Amino acid sequence: MRYFYFPGCTLETKAVGFNRSAKEAAGALGVELVTLPEWNCCGATFPLSTDNVLDLAGPARNLVSTAEAGGDTLAVACATCFNVLRRTNHFLRKHPDTLEKLNAFLERPQPYAGQVEVRHLLDIFVHDVGLEAIRRRAVPGLGGLRVAAYYGCMLLRPADEIALDDPERPGIMDELLAALGAEVVDYPHRGECCGAYLTVKSPEASMPMSYRILSAAGRAGAQVLATACPLCQFNLDWLQARLRQQYASYQPLPVMYFTQLMGLAFGLDPAGYGFEQHYVDPRPALAQAGVLGGIRSP
Amino acid sequence: MRVTISVEQVRSEWVRRIEEVSGQDVMACYHCGKCSAGCPAAEAMDLLPNQIIRLVQLGQVERALESQTIWYCAACQTCYARCPKGVDLPRLMEALRELAMQKRGDHLEIARLDVQALAEFPQQAFIAGFRKYTT
Repeated sequence: MRYFYFPGCTLETKAVGFNRSAKEAAGALGVELVTLPEWNCCGATFPLSTDNVLDLAGPARNLVSTAEAGGDTLAVACATCFNVLRRTNHFLRKHPDTLEKLNAFLERPQPYAGQVEVRHLLDIFVHDVGLEAIRRRAVPGLGGLRVAAYYGCMLLRPADEIALDDPERPGIMDELLAALGAEVVDYPHRGECCGAYLTVKSPEASMPMSYRILSAAGRAGAQVLATACPLCQFNLDWLQARLRQQYASYQPLPVMYFTQLMGLAFGLDPAGYGFEQHYVDPRPALAQAGVLGGIRSP
Repeated sequence: MRVTISVEQVRSEWVRRIEEVSGQDVMACYHCGKCSAGCPAAEAMDLLPNQIIRLVQLGQVERALESQTIWYCAACQTCYARCPKGVDLPRLMEALRELAMQKRGDHLEIARLDVQALAEFPQQAFIAGFRKYTT
């Protein structure tokens, strides 16, 4: 299986661990992710004003590049990039006048006709590879590590445009984590916003939002929170130092990318996965569950 | 406090522009409150999401533009996902932010951002933040 792959800016810099683990985990499942030639920033947020056509040009360029490269699918790891690209695609398919304007602006050899499908890695792994194949490959597995799946907003909403999972009761990441040998922990707030870009100007607004998610997962017994978005990972990780000051009984919870967990489950070397960059180090919890470095403790 | 509600305000150019830019019919909202109930950022807000759309329905655009609410919206789409009338409130919030910035300038001064934060934050936070808070 081979897909054109859109990494996005943050995966190439601040979240290289996510990028590396995504490509290696995919490789271990026989999925080749080919980075889209000359990809450009998706814009990090879908433009919501109807007259903002120019902000659609960035994401649209990636869609037409995929078509030009001969691809019918663009695979994405970052939930935010996935959301922007998918919503852009949906909008252009529904608004041929805007599509015509953008095609005129982009001046590519062939105009884009909405023929590319934007898909998230969770969708590709669970539906194209299949849970059975993942289960078979998950050696040494996650050894019952208690993981809470955090979906956030961008993987789920608006559901008619994103169409990845049930927006109120998602389960696709839980299924994947269970197939990896994790003990999946159910908890509330798994599809609620972590604060996203609010942290740039008002971290105090993001704090209660992230606190609800982390404390609920912790109370439910999670050893690790799994996520698919570098901004979620940052908010939920970086804010914990402040949460410890604000909330007396707060217990730290490491926040990882689901692909890092895949790599560990497959026994791959996590050297390039960026554990040392996490603010809350995941290694103690991983070592305690015996899943660090692909070596299971006896 | 004296509030004037008139046909002129309800059918004002401001309201027309907001509806055009957001693509939404603000009169579709019947105030069930699901948006406000589900908004994860509501506790930071001075006015609830449904109060914002109520202000626009009554032509009280200036009060809506003065709120902190429109800046604490994280565009998480929870309100849109739950609205029984299919009102795209995130698009309405975006229209209000844009109108506020046209009138009063950017909500974020990039030159005054903390340099240490610049080093620590993932760039997607800035790209999204700049797009929401500057023109």
